[in-house]
Amino acid sequence: MVPMTLASAIATGDLAQLPSRRDEDWRWTDLRGLIRALPPASPQGRAWLWENPLSGQLDMTVGTVNGRGHTDLDVAAGDERFVGWRFMSATPGTSNQAELWVDVAAGAKLTLIESYEGRGAGYLTDVAVNIKIADGGSMERIIFAEDDAEGISVSTADVTLAPGASFAQTILTSGARRQRIETRVTHPGQGASVRLDGVYLLRDQRHADLTTVVTHGGLEGTTTQLTKGVVRDQARGVFQGRIVVERGADQTDARMGHHALILSDRAEVDAKPELLIFADDVQCAHGNTIGALDESAIFYARQRGMPQAVARAMLTEAFVGEVVDRIEHEGARDVARAWVSAQLGTAT
Amino acid sequence: MTAMLSITNLHATVGDKPILKGLTLDVPAGEVHAIMGPNGAGKSTLGYVLTGRPGYEVTGGSATLDGQDLFALAPDERSAKGMFLSFQYPLEIPGVPALTFIRTALNAQRKARGEDEIAAPAFLKMAREKAAALKIDFEMLKRGLNVGFSGGEKKRMEIFQMAMLEPRFLILDETDSGLDIDALRIVSDGVNAMRSAERAMLVITHYQRLLDYIKPDRVHVLSGGKIVASGGPELAHQLEAEGYDKYVQVAA
Repeated sequence: MVPMTLASAIATGDLAQLPSRRDEDWRWTDLRGLIRALPPASPQGRAWLWENPLSGQLDMTVGTVNGRGHTDLDVAAGDERFVGWRFMSATPGTSNQAELWVDVAAGAKLTLIESYEGRGAGYLTDVAVNIKIADGGSMERIIFAEDDAEGISVSTADVTLAPGASFAQTILTSGARRQRIETRVTHPGQGASVRLDGVYLLRDQRHADLTTVVTHGGLEGTTTQLTKGVVRDQARGVFQGRIVVERGADQTDARMGHHALILSDRAEVDAKPELLIFADDVQCAHGNTIGALDESAIFYARQRGMPQAVARAMLTEAFVGEVVDRIEHEGARDVARAWVSAQLGTAT
Repeated sequence: MTAMLSITNLHATVGDKPILKGLTLDVPAGEVHAIMGPNGAGKSTLGYVLTGRPGYEVTGGSATLDGQDLFALAPDERSAKGMFLSFQYPLEIPGVPALTFIRTALNAQRKARGEDEIAAPAFLKMAREKAAALKIDFEMLKRGLNVGFSGGEKKRMEIFQMAMLEPRFLILDETDSGLDIDALRIVSDGVNAMRSAERAMLVITHYQRLLDYIKPDRVHVLSGGKIVASGGPELAHQLEAEGYDKYVQVAA
């Protein structure tokens, strides 16, 4: 059976194709209940200027405005690339789709700064990313998701690694009306390694869903995951992390952490960590915490002179900082840090 | 003339349980006063009440710093006025380097007082000097505040913060606990370096040992939530020899 997706609904115009809360994997990100009519296709659009401080450092920036089907990004064997890819939704009340196929050849290295940018309320957008990394290849993918408060946005990545390949990802999102960023990884073990991190900082009535599925199919694979979220107002964060260790994928080492701060009584976080283990002799662990800021730490900071708001912002930024510090690319890490400060209102 | 810190008939509760029951104490500028007493007397509560920790509720009496009502001020406002509490158990703040924490605190205090922020080079120069005096490895100041530090290192970090923030009124809560003799000397030197005619200190301790290093002008015995005896430095030695038994009975 072909799974229900936003992409197939947009392509066919059939609302019944939308995933709904009756689909177990979509129960916290119901699209069918939300979308009453599928808007018309977005017209051809023009990119707007990007004020990202990385612009000067990037080898290449590609802007995909209002979707435009399929594009390829190939990195040849032994090459090292630093690329920005912007998916922009520019026309209110329309829907668009885009596909990106990334091929990282043997021994090649790619750092991809991917951004989802929404201007104008009430768009629908679906992005499918297909990533293949060959033996000895490595890719770091950093996603800045800055959708409009009224946007509906789904991004799904399928990542296939060869033995000896490595894939690292950090998602930074401020959410949307409804937003899902899903990553599915086929992990062969045998020297391949995966890091899947995420940060969601949500306010007002925004929603973000970070879903990951990692399937370990071979010996001695490693996966490490750390996601942290901060929700306030009436925002809702969703984390679904599934790690499957198939029969024969012995000596797999997989660690998953999800930690959220809820800063308002009306905010919500739904978390579902899942470990499905069919192999022997594996090390798998998950930790999941949801709580508030430590009141004694706040008092300590206030005793030293920080007003309540400054103390809370500092501690919140530090909480999220642990994830940002794991970004390997130094320039991207600095931008991510600045992005977090801007979202939390702690930028100086 | 009013003392720098003046506490009158202070009553306070913690979780509805009365802890301070009519405490009166004056600490004039330029003096160091020690508060000694048995466990559970309310020593730490006094420090928290004066600095405004949530959950420590004032139910009666008053406390003023330079004539100004402390209880009308938020914890950070008291800090900007010069109140500093060296915690018995300093907090660990992962993800916030000590230097960042102190600079944020210092600039917040300056802002509250209507002063300009300290420039980064001046701040770093000051930090290097004070760290060296307290034998703190400068690299430690770049790591998460107190994260993974030993008890003694945390106490030294408290004194370092005090030296950087230059408060007017210092409360040291059991600063000697967890310190070996060398660390005790370093910490005491750091505290003594801050003694001045414009500053005053309240040294809270269970043992007399610390007072060999930080010599008090006055010693008070806190028992059952009030000051039950006051005297000169000799009172500390007497307590060391005789224990707190007779004061516990007085309070009961």
